[in-house]
Amino acid sequence: MITLQHYLILAAALFCIGLFTSIVKKNAIAVFMGIELMLNSVNINLIAFNHYLGLEKLLGHIFALFVILVAAAEVAVGLAIILSLYRHRKNTSVDDLDMLKW
Amino acid sequence: MTASALLFYGLSLIILSSAVMMVFSKNLIHSALFMIVTFLGVAGLYLTLAADFLAMAQIVIYVGAISVLLIFGVMLTRRSNIKESNLFTKYKYPAGIVAAALFLTIAHFEYWAEWKVQVKSVGEGTTARIADLLLNNYAISFEISGILLLVALIGAIVIGKGEGNTK
Repeated sequence: MITLQHYLILAAALFCIGLFTSIVKKNAIAVFMGIELMLNSVNINLIAFNHYLGLEKLLGHIFALFVILVAAAEVAVGLAIILSLYRHRKNTSVDDLDMLKW
Repeated sequence: MTASALLFYGLSLIILSSAVMMVFSKNLIHSALFMIVTFLGVAGLYLTLAADFLAMAQIVIYVGAISVLLIFGVMLTRRSNIKESNLFTKYKYPAGIVAAALFLTIAHFEYWAEWKVQVKSVGEGTTARIADLLLNNYAISFEISGILLLVALIGAIVIGKGEGNTK
């Protein structure tokens, strides 16, 4: 019998893998992949709550849809920033992107 | 073990193993491909939760659009050795400890919490109800999200063009 806890713990594991990725990776695009994993795990949580709490109004689905939408906008702008940085610095390593440091 | 349990454990095995492979693969292209497998597994998980519209949206948006965008980013920025393109920073072990501690904390609280689970099903076919909600109750959020996408599109074009060639 699969309960709500199964889904929540799977989502927590996926979130922590995404967090680990976005902390330890050198390449800015890999950091983005970690952020996408974290957003996905949040969506799993929302839909599992919607299913197991028996919401007729599908609030969890609506919320997950908006999360997907914001993720799409975030990736578009973020990749434009990374490409622009690459054009200036010839590098996408997050260790070298410290020109805002005073 | 029932069929639904088998499905859940198979999908979680796919999701977690490909996510871990994504982290530890040294080639950035391989990482992106493992990320696509993770997204497909999550779409399957949505199907087990009777979220058919969300599963299709996941496949179209994440697998179809976001992964392609990320692979584009990889292809446009790479110049040195692709086999060593996805390395770790010096924070590998502290980050591992932090992530593991966070997972144990969340899992502990989620496991011991008392969830008020209802047995009633949310019903078959979510697409019509989601459309109804989006165009009635959440019409303003829906329109604002359209504006957000437009602004992100224009912003991405402006940033991507660069300041030197604005003509």
